[in-house]
Amino acid sequence: MIASSGDLNPPLTWDLLADARELFAFPFMVNAVQAGTIVAVLAGLVGWFMVLRRQSFTGHTVAVVGFPGAAGAVLVGVSATYGYFAFAIAAALMIALVPNAGGRGYSEESAVTGTVQAAALATGFLFVNLYGGFMGSANALLFGSFLGITTGQVQLLLVVAAVTVLLLTLIGRPLLFASVDPAVAKARGVPVRALSVTFLVLLAAAAAGVAQITGSLLVFALLVVPAATAQSLTARPAVSMALTVVIALAITWSALFLAYYQPYPIGFFVTTFAFAAYLTATAWRHTRARLARRHHGPTGNAPGDRSGPRSSQSALLDAAGTP
Amino acid sequence: MNSVTTQESPPVAAADGRGQQTPLVEFRGAGVRVGQRTLWSGVDIAIRAGEFVAVLGPNGVGKSTLVKAVLGLLPLAAGTLTVAGRRPGAANETIGYLPQRRSFDPQLRIRGVDVVRLGLDGARWGVPLPGAHRFSARARAEQARVAEVIGLVGADTYADRPIGQLSGGEQQRLLIAQALVSGPRLLLLDEPLDSLDLPNQAAVAALVSRICRQEGVTVMMVAHDVNPILSYLDRVVYIASGGAAAGPPSEVITSATLSRLYGTPIEVLSTSDGRLVVVGQPEAPAHHGDRHQP
Repeated sequence: MIASSGDLNPPLTWDLLADARELFAFPFMVNAVQAGTIVAVLAGLVGWFMVLRRQSFTGHTVAVVGFPGAAGAVLVGVSATYGYFAFAIAAALMIALVPNAGGRGYSEESAVTGTVQAAALATGFLFVNLYGGFMGSANALLFGSFLGITTGQVQLLLVVAAVTVLLLTLIGRPLLFASVDPAVAKARGVPVRALSVTFLVLLAAAAAGVAQITGSLLVFALLVVPAATAQSLTARPAVSMALTVVIALAITWSALFLAYYQPYPIGFFVTTFAFAAYLTATAWRHTRARLARRHHGPTGNAPGDRSGPRSSQSALLDAAGTP
Repeated sequence: MNSVTTQESPPVAAADGRGQQTPLVEFRGAGVRVGQRTLWSGVDIAIRAGEFVAVLGPNGVGKSTLVKAVLGLLPLAAGTLTVAGRRPGAANETIGYLPQRRSFDPQLRIRGVDVVRLGLDGARWGVPLPGAHRFSARARAEQARVAEVIGLVGADTYADRPIGQLSGGEQQRLLIAQALVSGPRLLLLDEPLDSLDLPNQAAVAALVSRICRQEGVTVMMVAHDVNPILSYLDRVVYIASGGAAAGPPSEVITSATLSRLYGTPIEVLSTSDGRLVVVGQPEAPAHHGDRHQP
């Protein structure tokens, strides 16, 4: 990650240890790194389930609804953090109330959700204008900022993240079951609907947390990309979950590091690194598949190319062997 | 009402001394209503332990509904239903269920072995500890059980691949392993042969029959087409026109019984290789891959 920063020509001394020491001399940077770390872990874990459950669109909606919440909070003189959380969680509960809007329906609900997103953005923009402050504050709420994160904010993030991760740990296995195989899970007594609502609230908490760093519009950089990257690399749940967190941390730390030395906004760096990680993983997977095909004949990264005919052969033998 | 129950002749399994005499699943005068529509009523079926039973009938007649009633997911409108001597839904941990489905999303990045494993511990709260098999005998036993059922269905070579990338037949074998992994007394399979090609249909039918005989598991299989499983069946339940007929295939899938059931002349023809063709059903049997609404 750091190596790729050579293309951007940052005014670093290239003594990375000294650079890091300088960076941590500022309390605001310490707060930013702490908040970024908490958010990366939170986004990684919740995002892993979100990608698995195909609820990215819902995650985005919830984050966008956080924007008027944050702007409104600033308008009435409260920390934007509270606004993000309040509005995002309220949105999640509303989505949960709509039947069958668990995020899987892209057809009908997408029109409704699109309308709500537009209304949310417009309302947030109005609040920013009513506040009469710099347009920069709208930029920060939409595209992220790491400046001015207070110790109180870090503590709130920590509490939210701890509760979210604890809940996710408690419901992890049944949630995986309900995500992969809802019909069987329901028959086995897993409370599929209650888990779906609980997860939406956790997703809202994570999205609102991520929005503090990346802004409402760029939450995907931490919520979707690390999980999508990790899941494309391995199909082992534990490994890909751990890999998701590692990728999210790597993206966040390197983005914070660069954003400190660069005038450009943090949201840009987070998103760019996330995009690079995803492209690298995709390229690596395709290369590996191609190499494997060349060495051992077709190996199965395309659906059923090897085992289709072979297993139906063995299937026939099975059938013949049993009375 | 309009149900026709053929003579309760002792099924093959019981004659072999394999089955118990108390029914594992028993419908008595049972009826189900979905919305305002009565799907079937006055149904009497008794399925004994160890039997391989097919649930047959045309589309939209309520075959999947029958499965859902056994699971307790849908209340009866009339009559009684007991599963292992208890009310439906109370004994679901003794049932392995394979719902009707198309297939997994090709993008789903979860291994087949993980999906099988969920059948064993998926309903348990918490998360599995990584490396638990090193210090927990239970984790080792569970791992061994998962490997055992994967071996039983012959999925060893592809169980470690993402399930979305497997063929329909491979996915179906892993799902049967998932339904089987918790050691159920009853397997409820909703159209497991649907959307499989003919060799895979024959292979999965043989596999299910082997599981039924070797593991002593009672099997209720919903099917469009009886022919791939005909030679393995102890009994069939034929649902049509709001009622049901149950009994050995040779007694139920006959011109006389089906004509009585439908209340209109039906002809059952037998081909030279032993396949049965039902002619004159009011609703034509679905083509391959078509699905009915529950």
